[in-house]
Amino acid sequence: MSVAASKSRYQSEEFAARLRRRYAAEQRFKLAGMLAVTLASIMLVVLLGSIVSKGYTAFLQTKMRLEVTIDPALAQERNYMAMLRQALYAQVPEITDRASRRSLNELLSSGAPYELEAMVSKNPSLIGTKQTVWVRADDEVDQFAKGAISRDVPESERRLNDIKIKAIDTLTAQGAISTGFNTTLFTAGDSREPEQAGIWGAIVGSFLTLVVTMLLSVPIGVAAAVYLEEFAPKNRWTDLIEVNINNLAAVPSIIFGLLGLAVFLGFFGLPRSAPVVGGLVMALMTLPVIIIASRVALKSVPPSIREAALGIGASPLQTVTHHVLPLALPGILTGTIIGMSRALGETAPLLMIGMVAFIVDIPGGFTDSATVLPVQIFMWADSPERAFTERTSAAIMVLLGFLILMNGLAVFLRKKFERRW
Amino acid sequence: MIIKKLALAATAAVAISAALTGAANAQSRDQIRAVGSSTVFPFTTAAAEAFGKDGKFKTPVVESTGTGGGLKLFCAGVGPQHPDVANASRRIKKSEVEQCAANGVTQITELRIGFDGIVFASAKTAAHADFSREQVWKALAKEVPVDGKMVANPYKKWSDIDPKLPNKEIEVLGPPPTSGTRDAFNELVMGEGCSKEVHKILTDKKAAEKACLTIREDGAFVEAGENDNLIVQKLTGNPDAFGIFGYSFLDQNRDKLQAANIDQVTPAYENIASGKYPVARSLYVYIKNAHVGVIPGIREYVAEYTSERAMGDEGYLADKGLIALPKADRDAARSAAVNLTPLQL
Repeated sequence: MSVAASKSRYQSEEFAARLRRRYAAEQRFKLAGMLAVTLASIMLVVLLGSIVSKGYTAFLQTKMRLEVTIDPALAQERNYMAMLRQALYAQVPEITDRASRRSLNELLSSGAPYELEAMVSKNPSLIGTKQTVWVRADDEVDQFAKGAISRDVPESERRLNDIKIKAIDTLTAQGAISTGFNTTLFTAGDSREPEQAGIWGAIVGSFLTLVVTMLLSVPIGVAAAVYLEEFAPKNRWTDLIEVNINNLAAVPSIIFGLLGLAVFLGFFGLPRSAPVVGGLVMALMTLPVIIIASRVALKSVPPSIREAALGIGASPLQTVTHHVLPLALPGILTGTIIGMSRALGETAPLLMIGMVAFIVDIPGGFTDSATVLPVQIFMWADSPERAFTERTSAAIMVLLGFLILMNGLAVFLRKKFERRW
Repeated sequence: MIIKKLALAATAAVAISAALTGAANAQSRDQIRAVGSSTVFPFTTAAAEAFGKDGKFKTPVVESTGTGGGLKLFCAGVGPQHPDVANASRRIKKSEVEQCAANGVTQITELRIGFDGIVFASAKTAAHADFSREQVWKALAKEVPVDGKMVANPYKKWSDIDPKLPNKEIEVLGPPPTSGTRDAFNELVMGEGCSKEVHKILTDKKAAEKACLTIREDGAFVEAGENDNLIVQKLTGNPDAFGIFGYSFLDQNRDKLQAANIDQVTPAYENIASGKYPVARSLYVYIKNAHVGVIPGIREYVAEYTSERAMGDEGYLADKGLIALPKADRDAARSAAVNLTPLQL
């Protein structure tokens, strides 16, 4: 009887159909999952592809070789531009009239004389000699050399006129134009001239800001988490605090900027655009993230560890400092680093406290005016010069590099120190 | 152990921030600070950079806050925590001067630095267009007069407005209301181009003005964000659309874009400089006289800004897209910069 029943239950047509449906549902679910992953990776590839393909040329910079006579009289009046121009006129002898020479002058970067001046002031014995120097070319020459400006479009629609292109051809034939690694991008501060603009000022600013953020948010965040998790009584007040911390983690970052403007600038009178204020604001923003991550890490330490420590006579404080905290540290570190990388990519709160600004000088301390990497990207994206488009993408790549580094570090630390129970 | 270190670090951090607060309150600044319009930003920054390169003073810090926001900061008071220079893409208002005076900023020097043209441009691949301001107004106003009544804008295509105009959907990308470019566009195109019938239908002056300046919200006008580069990109992808942005973006993208004529005038450098092109405005820089001599370098910075090599016909600001003032006006700006003549409104 039972055999017959089971036979009818497991071998009937209905059963086979149900089974097929269940398998099909399984397949569909898997397929949907794979589709989602594929879509996400396609989007990522498109995003990264467009950034890299637009930006990789920014790591190269066109330079010009000039045979400059360092004239003592001109050196006296610091007129290095005149020396460079004379050298350029001599190298392009077919262009002689004044108007054309003015076009010729525009091939030189306005930063080129400062390069020459720096060289001469480092080595004054060069005065009176003839030197072969490589100076940066103007961003339009650079764009032309990289193929971003086509010579086929009519002259009126081009940023480079025919005279300039003729001169560039002459110089190219002499081997006096070459493209090399763009060191300026990594050593200079911001500039309105693309060929002189760099991200070093923004990197230093980001670093200073993050130092302040870390010094404030890590100790306070970890201490708050330890207290809430290990010592605080569970009552309505701690519940209220917990709800508030979770809420704060989701507050839009611009709100923290407004708070910074009112409290740090308005009440305390801290300077505008200073990394210390940026760091304070970012610390407020990352605190809830760090507290939540630290609490989760503390929670995952098994109670048996605590019981064992207390059982052999350790005080609650000793239990926490000697046993629980070290075991929770990898998780806390991961949370901290992820909080920091969020702070590194943040711009909105900085808008209110004046860090979205044009700052050329490299900041030297916590109260100097500074900007940060994502702000630099934002400002370049807004510039009309085409050479800034590629620099924007290059700066994005550098920022992504830092983020990958930080998140990689978080993964590495977790893998290395994580204990499983 | 760790707790001790943490406690130590925490106290150290608190001590540091307290010390900084103390230091900040007593600070004096050795760096000029400018705030204000994003339209003037490229020029003020270029002058700041040239000024800083000379090496005698630190490079001024320039923030792009928008004209209104900048003047608010500028007028907040005298002292190192307040900015020294304000950029404005329109003239300072009487109310703002009063606000300034109420906060002790009584002496302001006004420098007119140049012109900016607002262009109405489309992709190179589109046919060249020629609009009057009234046509543009009709295409973009929320309500237009039809048969003696104000009705919701019925025009879907340019050719609906005038059969001579292209048979294309009206699609215009422009800046959001927070932008100074939008303010100027409203004033110079929407205000000036406003059909005379509106004033006949709406006798209340305020209502008429509001009807003139209100832009349609049915999708024909798209707020494309503050970033003009984005508008340029969108235009090259869509030959049917027109974009509204500053002259410097047209100048940098001549291989991709063409500008429509407005009232039969092309937005060329010469036409804007001579005042023939109707959609152009003056750009201003305001200096706080009380800071001159307190913050080092203001006098020299203003001298650099107004020098011929900066704001002249062939100056580096012209390279950045500024349209130079006539010679006489440049001289006036220069003498205002030297004498720091206080503004009288």
